[in-house]
Amino acid sequence: MSDPVSALNGASFQGFSTVREIGPLGMITLRAKGVKALDKAVKAVTGTKLPATRRIEVNGDKACGWMSPDEYLLVVPYAEVSNALASLAKSLAGEHHLAVDVSDARAVFRIEGDKAADVLRKLSPVDFDKLEPGELRRTRAAQVAAAMWAQDGGFTLVCFRSVAGYVMGLLSHSAQPGSEL
Amino acid sequence: MLILECPYCGVKAEETELSPGYEAHLKRFGPGASPEEFEAYMFARKNPKGVHFERWRHTYGCGKWFLAARCTATLEVFGTYPAQVSEPPADIIAKIQARRPGWQPDGKVTK
Repeated sequence: MSDPVSALNGASFQGFSTVREIGPLGMITLRAKGVKALDKAVKAVTGTKLPATRRIEVNGDKACGWMSPDEYLLVVPYAEVSNALASLAKSLAGEHHLAVDVSDARAVFRIEGDKAADVLRKLSPVDFDKLEPGELRRTRAAQVAAAMWAQDGGFTLVCFRSVAGYVMGLLSHSAQPGSEL
Repeated sequence: MLILECPYCGVKAEETELSPGYEAHLKRFGPGASPEEFEAYMFARKNPKGVHFERWRHTYGCGKWFLAARCTATLEVFGTYPAQVSEPPADIIAKIQARRPGWQPDGKVTK
C-alpha cells in the first residue's frame, strides 16, 4: 500500500503563534440518531462517551466530536481507521447509520502559542473568549467551512483538503509577527 | 448584522454563517391543484414591513434548516425554532405579541 500523504506535507509557519499542518489523521464521519447501541459503539472505537451538543470528548490521540444533531466526528490514528470502521459496522449492525472514512478528504492544522486564539479571531465570527474547554465550534475560516476546538494549549482546526492551501495561507497571514491583537 | 440562535446547536450565529431560505410556512400545491393555487405557491410571496417568518440554514455550522421570526423593519429577532412545524409555535407567537400588541399570526393587525 502506498504511504498516506497529508494535504500540505506537514507545512508549518512560525509567526507570533505556530501554525502546523498535521496529519495524516484518521477521521470517520458517523451519522446516526436515536440509535440505542450508539454510545457503546463510539466507546469501543474512541474510548470516550458520546459528546453532548457542541462538545468534543478527547481521549489521548482519539476523540469524538458532536458535529450536528445526527453527526459525529471520530478521530483515531490513521492506521486504525479500517479497524474502527469494522468495529462500528459490527456494533451498529442492523441499525440505521452511516460511517465513512473521511481521513483523506480533510486537512488538519494545529495553532499553538500564547496568542493562538488571536490567529483564529481574525478569521472567524466566533467569540473565542467564550469558547468553553471541550467545545467544538463549526464555523467558517474566512470563506471556507472549518471546525475547531481547543486542545493541549492550542487549537486544532479541521477543514476540507481541497482548501488546505487556502487555509494555510490564511493562518500564516493571520499569524504574521507584529499583528497580534 | 443579523444574529440568529440556531435551535439545534445553540450557536448564536451571525448572518455570514447562515444561508437564507426565504419565506417559511409555505403550503405546497402540487399535482391536482388549480393553476392559480400553483402559481401562488410558486411565485406569490409575502413582503411585509414588520413581522416575518423565514427559513434559514446554519450552513457553516450544523447544517440544519431552522425557522426564524423577525421584524423586517427593525431587524428585531423574536425567536428561532426547529423547522419540523407547519405553523409558528405558541411561545413564538406570544413573544411577538408581547412586542407587537394586536399582531395576529396571519399577518393582520387588530387594534
